[in-house]
Amino acid sequence: MKPRSRIHTIEAIVYPIVGIVAVLGLWQAYVTVFAVNPIVLPGPIAIAKASVKHFDTLLEQTWPTLAESIYGFALAVLIGVPLAVCVANSRILNLTFYPILIATQSIPKVAVAPIILVWFGVGMESKLVIAFLVAFFPIVVDTATGLRATPPGLLELARSVSASPSQTFWKVQFPAAMPFIISGAKVAVTLAVIGAVIGEFVGSNEGLGNLLLAANSQLDGPLAWAALVWLSILGIGLFFLVVVAERVLMPWGHH
Amino acid sequence: MVAAPTSSQSAGPPVGGSSRSFGRFRNVHQEFLQESGKPLVAIEDISFDLAEGTLVSLLGPSGCGKTSFLKIVAGLAEATYGIVEIRGQQVTRPQPDFGFVFQQANLMPWRNVLDNVLFPMEILRRKDAAAKRRALELLALVGLSGFENARPSQLSGGMQQRAALCRALVHEPKLLLMDEPFGALDELTRMEMHDLLLQIRKVTNATTLFVTHSISEAVYLSDVIVAFSKRPARIADYIEVDLPYPRTPALRYDAAFTGLEHRAGIALGITR
Ligand SMILES: Nc1ncnc2c1ncn2[C@@H]1O[C@H](COP(=O)(O)OP(=O)(O)OP(=O)(O)O)[C@@H](O)[C@H]1O
Ligand SMILES: [Mg+2]
Repeated sequence: MKPRSRIHTIEAIVYPIVGIVAVLGLWQAYVTVFAVNPIVLPGPIAIAKASVKHFDTLLEQTWPTLAESIYGFALAVLIGVPLAVCVANSRILNLTFYPILIATQSIPKVAVAPIILVWFGVGMESKLVIAFLVAFFPIVVDTATGLRATPPGLLELARSVSASPSQTFWKVQFPAAMPFIISGAKVAVTLAVIGAVIGEFVGSNEGLGNLLLAANSQLDGPLAWAALVWLSILGIGLFFLVVVAERVLMPWGHH
Repeated sequence: MVAAPTSSQSAGPPVGGSSRSFGRFRNVHQEFLQESGKPLVAIEDISFDLAEGTLVSLLGPSGCGKTSFLKIVAGLAEATYGIVEIRGQQVTRPQPDFGFVFQQANLMPWRNVLDNVLFPMEILRRKDAAAKRRALELLALVGLSGFENARPSQLSGGMQQRAALCRALVHEPKLLLMDEPFGALDELTRMEMHDLLLQIRKVTNATTLFVTHSISEAVYLSDVIVAFSKRPARIADYIEVDLPYPRTPALRYDAAFTGLEHRAGIALGITR
């Protein structure tokens, strides 16, 4: 059993790398063979070179975007989870707020971004708010779904030992909803990065999104792509933070 | 030796004032409102007494209202009318000294086995060193020593049900309510669990209501079998099981044992 699982781990590492190398190789080959203009599409090597050359700038511009994403995401969790608790536990609150929630969700965030910018200025706050707005919905919906999906057997168990409502919530309902909350958070954290970049596109003077726009307008294809790559790494990094949180918060979850 | 099958007329339980009476059920009746709006009578008229320290089985066909009755006794549901008294008190809500074993183990995947067993103590705010000691003793008794820190998902179905049994016993309940606790287990595991339950009963002495639709299980474990009719539930037969203790697997092949099985089979209408 042990050697078998080791083979699986090796496979889980080797095959993705093979896939990535293959795609990068084809990409580079295409760009080199057809001598594609780097403004249109730079090759992986050119992008890597730009990453190294502009390393300081890229790193410097990563921090604002990272902060906007994290703050927006954190705010979405801090407000979204308690709101979901209210909505899931009260029929009246559910009837009152759920339609509003759905309605606000159907507003395209990109269209709201300019208004947010007017309200909160070109600084960090407007990005944070947009990141919050896009991250908020999956957190609320998944948390509320999870809180309603408590296995009835566990609720009956709690009742059979006369657990109080708050004991039932904290010891049964909430931990049972944890997998749902985490999966909401995984979606939300990726969306938060997108929200931050939307904010930077609409108006800002810093951040990776801003750098990408600036590089694009200066026809610096490799730098624009390098910013894009860094943005992806940022998103992946934040996603893995949530995965780490998942392992800490619910060690029972991965078999 | 073998109790002759009685007519349904004389099959009623000896209703009256037993000095060791623990529970008293009189004319218990329960109706549910169906989706269609028509009432469904699940329990028509159940009356019997539960003597202290005994194990009484509720034996009946699937869907006849056994779980419904057990939940009423547990205080998890309400009878439409009728008297449901435990120690002279009408039951209206779950009591802290009741223990419930469900058909499913209902273990919490986020707790290890020990913390699952300790759940009632936590709710009762009695989770101290003594509680932990008792939980470990119970786990040892059911053969789960060494699995205290295991996750429920790492246990087999039988082991999970044993952990659930420990959880129902950890707060030393005076009344143990078991709803087909071994129904989901295979035959061999189930027979093991029977002997385990008999052994546990020697130690804990809790009065027990045991729901089952297995005739041999009812005969092997019980002091009294209350056989329910098809829905709406009424008492088809009240069978006192005067088999000696300690009960061992060989008893299953005894004439007295099969005679009681026969009588219960008649009560359920599966033989004549
Ligand atoms: N909350 C409820 N609302 C409506 N009908 C119910 C409800 N609970 C139970 N019933 C009905 O009452 C009848 C008895 O159900 P119950 O669960 O008590 O049967 P049971 O004897 O435990 O069956 P099984 O052996 O299959 O567990 C069934 O027909 C069931 O559909
Ligand atoms: Mg049942």
